Amino acid sequence: MKPRHKRFAFIGLGLLVLGVATVLILNAFQSNLVFFFTPTQVASGEVPQGRSFRIGGMVEDGSLVRENDGLTVRFIVTDTAKRVPVTYKGILPDLFKEGKGAVAQGKLNADGTFVASEVLAKHDENYMPPEAAEALAKAKASGAQQSKSLVVPQGRQGSL
Amino acid sequence: MIPEIGHFALILALCVAVVQGILPIYGAAVGNSGLMAVAKPAARGQFLLVLTAFCCLGYAFAEKDFSVLYVAATSNSQLPLHYRLAAIWGAHEGSLLLWTFILTIWMFAVTLFSAHLPDATRSRILGVMGLVSVGFLLFMLTVSNPFERLIPAAVDGRDLNPLLQDPGMVIHPPMLYMGYVGFSVAFAFAIAALLGGNLDAAWARWSRPWTTVAWCFLTVGIAMGSGWAYYELGWGGWWFWDPVENASFMPWLAGTALVHSLAVTDKRGGFKVWTVLLAIMAFSLSLLGTFLVRSGVLTSVHAFATDPKRGLFILAFLAVVIGGSLALYAWRAPRVGLGGSFAMVSREGMLLANNVLLVAAMGSVLLGTLYPLFLDALDLGKISVGPPYFDSVFVPLMTPAIFLMGIGPLAQWKKASLPDLAKRLKWAFGVSVLTALALPVVMGNWTPLLSLGLLLAIWIATTAVVTLRERLAHVSGNTLLERLRSVPRSYWGMLVAHCGIAVFVVGVTMVKGFESEKDVRMNVGETTTIGDYTFRFDGAQDVVGPNYTAARGTFSVSRDGRETTVLYPEKRRYTVQNQVMTEAAIDPGLLRDLYVSLGEPLNDGAWSVRLYHKPFVDWIWGGCFIMALGGVLAVSDRRYRIAWHRQEPAVPASTRTARRKVA
Repeated sequence: MKPRHKRFAFIGLGLLVLGVATVLILNAFQSNLVFFFTPTQVASGEVPQGRSFRIGGMVEDGSLVRENDGLTVRFIVTDTAKRVPVTYKGILPDLFKEGKGAVAQGKLNADGTFVASEVLAKHDENYMPPEAAEALAKAKASGAQQSKSLVVPQGRQGSL
Repeated sequence: MIPEIGHFALILALCVAVVQGILPIYGAAVGNSGLMAVAKPAARGQFLLVLTAFCCLGYAFAEKDFSVLYVAATSNSQLPLHYRLAAIWGAHEGSLLLWTFILTIWMFAVTLFSAHLPDATRSRILGVMGLVSVGFLLFMLTVSNPFERLIPAAVDGRDLNPLLQDPGMVIHPPMLYMGYVGFSVAFAFAIAALLGGNLDAAWARWSRPWTTVAWCFLTVGIAMGSGWAYYELGWGGWWFWDPVENASFMPWLAGTALVHSLAVTDKRGGFKVWTVLLAIMAFSLSLLGTFLVRSGVLTSVHAFATDPKRGLFILAFLAVVIGGSLALYAWRAPRVGLGGSFAMVSREGMLLANNVLLVAAMGSVLLGTLYPLFLDALDLGKISVGPPYFDSVFVPLMTPAIFLMGIGPLAQWKKASLPDLAKRLKWAFGVSVLTALALPVVMGNWTPLLSLGLLLAIWIATTAVVTLRERLAHVSGNTLLERLRSVPRSYWGMLVAHCGIAVFVVGVTMVKGFESEKDVRMNVGETTTIGDYTFRFDGAQDVVGPNYTAARGTFSVSRDGRETTVLYPEKRRYTVQNQVMTEAAIDPGLLRDLYVSLGEPLNDGAWSVRLYHKPFVDWIWGGCFIMALGGVLAVSDRRYRIAWHRQEPAVPASTRTARRKVA
């Protein structure tokens, strides 16, 4: 092969590899995006069926119920306008508390209960997960009844 | 008074940095040796000034000076001294100071070990580092001053986040920053080469050890962060593809590519333009990583907006550094030249392919990390990119890269022959495939991914053996030991680092394939069995720590009736912030970790408990440390030492040890 042809082959091969990689990446990206919805959006039926998504808001005071096995818990996530019942089997994170913000990932079942596969409540005491804070802020902005004033202090980054 | 001294030292450091960033570069451009000579004393002076500032902040923490806002925000009078000192880098302002301090350490190191460099190159390198330092000092002094006073002083501090009160967290950030900032040396070398227009094999030889050292620090830093997440977060994961982790992983991927590309530039004079681009990329990603983690943008893009000055400064700084260096690159790179030609099947070709794969992997992480931020910033909705995305991208991208890793070191430079390579590697290939297929079956759980992982790990190991055997045949020496000795250290370094990858891959594969996990409710005296081990819960007692109270559970672990160990996981409540923390108990082992963490207290002294049996998990971090060890071996190679000795014949013994420490 002449050097020029060789260079073309090179560039061609490089582009091919890059192209395949790009397709792969974008494909995986598309199918692994997890969307976030507020309880209001859940109530109005905007959420995808059969696909995992995240909801966030405040864990309603007094809504946490533990079943007899000690592991399955039920609680209600609210943005002060709408409420979504959630069930989760497993150990809740340290910062999960009634009256605090939480984000859960999972699917909605037929009777409208959100079956969580993961419950997130990270970082320090004052920190509200940004999604949860926004859900509350949205509900507040849309004129729903307002219960508590929510201050979102700048969450201190937990770690590097 | 002391904090003001620190503040003043930072202001002086800024002045020195401005001088260091302008005069030497200008001097190098016009050939004025007097101006160039400014670089060295300026860099050393700056180091002393920032050191002073750093010590002042440390003093404020040690003396519990709660009239300093930063001290009050990140420490508490009950916090033990070592954590108070670690709190220096516990949040935004202090970690920027640490960053700058480490930058000046690297600068100081450059002034020590650059006697063999031409004056113009050295002054350009120090000048560029000075300019980077200007950016950071300016940022600290204008919008994020760690010495800001709190008047009236707080009675007590808000305490350090309990998650960070851990020995791992004391060392992890400095290690990581040594890596991040270390790439600034490679970056400065690249910019100096672009400015000077001469980029030859000697240039690559000079910048290679610096890059490798930075890479080692980064590798260890990331591994420690991952280990910290594993035992401190309490939920047994070692990598979450969290943006914070991705921020450190991206420079690592670019840095790994850079280390390999530099090898080609050094040995063959090729890949010049690409090497320079990678150096710029690695440092830009380091900057991006620092700011992603430390600006609060990850917590919420809108946190950015609550302090628009900080956000704007960061964006402007990133734009100047990345945009400026890329513009310089576009302007000057054609002068640098492309380097020699080579065939597709050759060591260069394979290294290039590896480079492309690493950069593609880096790009995919970048996409997954930044895309949600962009959407959020533009108010287009909130999304998150889950770990499955990264998993499904990394397996196909890294598989060919690791496969090539086995062949690359055996291929000739310039042109290699495929049939020849196949002949030399057929045994290695056969052994790998057979073991990879048989081993999971023997262990009783065959999955394609398990086999693939083992295949890659064994492939690296067997090809390393083949490589070493062929190498030994080519070196002189009568006995085996003599021949082993005459193989250069950099070669050993490469083999060891590659084997580190193999160890890492084994760890990941085995954990993914065989780990078991159980969430259970356990009454006192009850037992649960997981992976051959029986855990008996013997109840929980209350204990009191320096700044927390805790419930400590007792678990006796036995296997086949014989007691293995007793584990004491804790559930701590840190009093100042009233924060609850799970402190897992781990029995580490070469072949498995046993891991217990307490969930919540239930009635009658029962607890919900999470138990893990994690086979080979420690190999993950072991592999990283082996990789770093390989890097250290490579740097200690004679060829670099000769370069130093030749140009500076009279090196005092103390400097020599210092150099070893730096390496």
